[in-house]
Amino acid sequence: MKRIGVFVCHCGINVASTVDPEKVVEEVSKHPNVAFATNYVYMCSDPGQETIRKAIEEHKLDGVVVAACSPTLHQNTFRKLITRSGLNYYQHETANIREWCSWVHKDKEEATRKAVKIVLTAVEKVLKDENLEAISVPVTKKALVIGGGIAGIQTALDIANAGHQVLLVEKKPSIGGHMAQLSETFPTLDCSQCIMTPRMVEVAQHPNITLMTNSEVLEVGGYVGNFEVKIKKNPTYVDWSKCTGCGICTKECRLEGKIPDDFNQGLTKRGAAYIMFPQAVPLKATIDPNNCLMVTRGKCGKEPKCVAACTAEAINFDMKEEIVEEKVGAIVTATGYELYSKKNLGEYGAGDIPDVVDGLTFERILSASGPTNGEVRRPSDGQVPKEVVFVQCAGSRDKEFHRPYCSKICCMYTAKHAMLYKHNVHDGQAYVFYIDVRTGGKGYEEFYDRTTEEERVVYLRGKVSRIFQDGDKVMVWGIDTLTGKKVEIAADMVVLATAMVPQEDIKELSSKLKIQIDENDWLSEAHPKLRPVETLTSGIFLAGAAQGPKDIPETVSQASGAASKVLALFSKDTFERDPLIADVDEDLCVGCGVCVEICPYGARELDKARGIVTVNPVLCEGCGACAAGCPSGAITHANFSAKQILNMVTPYLDK
Amino acid sequence: MTKIAYYPGCTLKDQALGFEETTIAVMKKLGVELAELSRWNCCGTVYSLSSDNLMLQTAPLRNLVRVKEDGYDAVVTLCSMCYNTLKRANDLVREEPEKLDKLNLFMNREEVDYTSDVKVYHLLEYMRDEIGFDAIKKAVKLPLEGMKLAAYYGCLLTRPETLGFDDVENPTSLDKLISAMGAEPVKYAYKTECCGSYETVSAPAAVAERTYSIVKSAASAGAQAILTSCPLCFYNLDSRQKLAKKSHGDLKEMPIMYITQPLAVAFGLDQEICRFERNQIKPDSLFEKLMSPSGEST
Repeated sequence: MKRIGVFVCHCGINVASTVDPEKVVEEVSKHPNVAFATNYVYMCSDPGQETIRKAIEEHKLDGVVVAACSPTLHQNTFRKLITRSGLNYYQHETANIREWCSWVHKDKEEATRKAVKIVLTAVEKVLKDENLEAISVPVTKKALVIGGGIAGIQTALDIANAGHQVLLVEKKPSIGGHMAQLSETFPTLDCSQCIMTPRMVEVAQHPNITLMTNSEVLEVGGYVGNFEVKIKKNPTYVDWSKCTGCGICTKECRLEGKIPDDFNQGLTKRGAAYIMFPQAVPLKATIDPNNCLMVTRGKCGKEPKCVAACTAEAINFDMKEEIVEEKVGAIVTATGYELYSKKNLGEYGAGDIPDVVDGLTFERILSASGPTNGEVRRPSDGQVPKEVVFVQCAGSRDKEFHRPYCSKICCMYTAKHAMLYKHNVHDGQAYVFYIDVRTGGKGYEEFYDRTTEEERVVYLRGKVSRIFQDGDKVMVWGIDTLTGKKVEIAADMVVLATAMVPQEDIKELSSKLKIQIDENDWLSEAHPKLRPVETLTSGIFLAGAAQGPKDIPETVSQASGAASKVLALFSKDTFERDPLIADVDEDLCVGCGVCVEICPYGARELDKARGIVTVNPVLCEGCGACAAGCPSGAITHANFSAKQILNMVTPYLDK
Repeated sequence: MTKIAYYPGCTLKDQALGFEETTIAVMKKLGVELAELSRWNCCGTVYSLSSDNLMLQTAPLRNLVRVKEDGYDAVVTLCSMCYNTLKRANDLVREEPEKLDKLNLFMNREEVDYTSDVKVYHLLEYMRDEIGFDAIKKAVKLPLEGMKLAAYYGCLLTRPETLGFDDVENPTSLDKLISAMGAEPVKYAYKTECCGSYETVSAPAAVAERTYSIVKSAASAGAQAILTSCPLCFYNLDSRQKLAKKSHGDLKEMPIMYITQPLAVAFGLDQEICRFERNQIKPDSLFEKLMSPSGEST
């Protein structure tokens, strides 16, 4: 006869003001299997826990029910406690008489009666709970980091410095991401590349990091500790073991000056053979397969000029894509962001006005190594603009048409842009149209103050309604809500702080990894407050802007955070998985395969030879969908058997 | 000959008679007969949309009931305001059936209930989607070569976005019609800026300012005339130029026309149906160059 102990918590007045704990104890004690019942003001406290421990010993309890707050809070607390008294971890159930009872009802008598039923339900469950052991899974101590921006770089370095192998996969030919495009970073005005390139070089030289650029993740299979990934190495048509990065091919290319350069946001044009930027890591040439004449047409004049020019004989048009298979224990997704396209902003010219640019484009104009050598000149005619309008919230905070969220970084980088513009063009006038100015980081408010007080940038509170070309000026129509007056500015140049958006292919990637994205396509964290770097898929973590708009300090923090989760996983040779999973009764299973389709985690497989379904215990997350769907009743869910559930329902039906 | 129900609206019978006459003639050439509704009432114009009073929707909806009574399930209208009013009333009852029920109760003296299944077309929409600008181009006998015309959409043809007729920020359907006529549609910034609408009654000076801005913008882009499909925009852009000239000496006269008036000329129809005598600023001189060598219109 199983002996159950019931411990009813007052939770201070949270429970006790509505539910009568003594009455609950009195009622549940009538149950033949309840060998001991008591109540205490705070069960989770040390003395409360001590009560449970003593009771287990004195009354020789086999199972424990704690009637208190939600299991999400203290279930594990009490389960750990009972193991110290020699009971199995799973011989405890929480009866939630707070969130489910005292917090939602007013009538004391009714609430108490309901609480009794909730407790008896839990008692019925524990009666049939079996001793279970956690499932041990070996851990491959190698991490995959997807994305080579500052987030991916930081994560990779943290994991590598702790002594583990890291595979860093980056889609573009060089790492660096958007941070490499920036001129100076707020609030310190550090030269972006100067602070970043040492890390980029560290990554390239680190013995524990394998850098795969121009590569993409093709497929991800397996489970935490044991992921099987397929990575596609896209051909660069340049043998990087021979290429010295001298850059001669990039100048000789027949298409030199014809293809809009993405790194410079289209302000300059490059050839098909190119090096992303002078500080690229790896510093090797790549041939653009979408434009190169040899690749697209099989012919480039008499002979490709790059081949003729390359003294290292590194060009190889026979290169094919390579699929690399790797086993990793953890994956960190650090794919970053893109900017909302100006084409979507019809009221701002839909991207057709040459002197209306976005933030990254202005960064390239400001950059000392950019297309204008650090002089602020406008794209249309190269003139120095004397009146520049900065438009914040271009596409953000717009529930109607564009992105509903705040992109977080724009208030700061707009202040920075205005400040750097003024440093560059002393007699220039800068205007910033804003809704709010959000400066929540360390030193940020002070930085913004400098913009208004020292640089005399004019801040106008109001949205811009229209931007259009008028001769060689760009007309900006806005409003200053603080004076209530319409404002019309004939600007030389306009910088739009466009919204941050996730990568274009994020849906594809998230389904490959089986992780979730939210309503704005940002990758979903496991809990917005307490688990910001984990996903709900065990072993897959998040870092950086891929999870949501954020600035560099936050990105770097998150990256280290994600790394620490990976290191915790790698700190043991095996990984423990919850055993509350579904099973298959081989005698009852007819091999219909319905459960295989139902399983959202791909944990079930139809073994055609044996005519039954098998379960991968590590992939199963214990959701129970299969058990509900099985027409033969062949599926048992550990500690959630049909009999258990039927028994649990009974107390509810009693008066 | 395809037949479609035609809802004129009040102004088309009086101020904008030229608009109606040229449209009927032009559509006939394109094989479409505009069958004026046997009974119709004022749509109520945008007054019906200006407050949350459901009663005000009876005016536009009754016209849609008339469409069904005449045996049609689509209606075309020329006036931008009528289009806006009829379409939005229609969309409202389509999206909120409880409101439709209430309105049918208000209109319970009608013989049939309205079932929100009439399609409301603006002339431009019908031309674009049902006839096609290519067919229109083919029917042109006298291409308006070299003529620079500014397409003026104003507010009610494209806004709000839920009307869904053309792109809100950058509509192009009238520009395409102008191209089909053989003329050159001019690119200018004020094509969707408001003319001032009813303020012409209470604040004519404000409207004159709007007129000035719009006409100037079209003129600086080289336009020789501005086309519109709204009689109120027509009135403001045409009649208020005199007042605008008083404060802006640099304003040069700009003829305003309804969208089908130049189209009628391009189809080789008699210019008389354009009723240019109703224009304050006469556009006649624009077409003189197109006359045949004998000096008469073809």
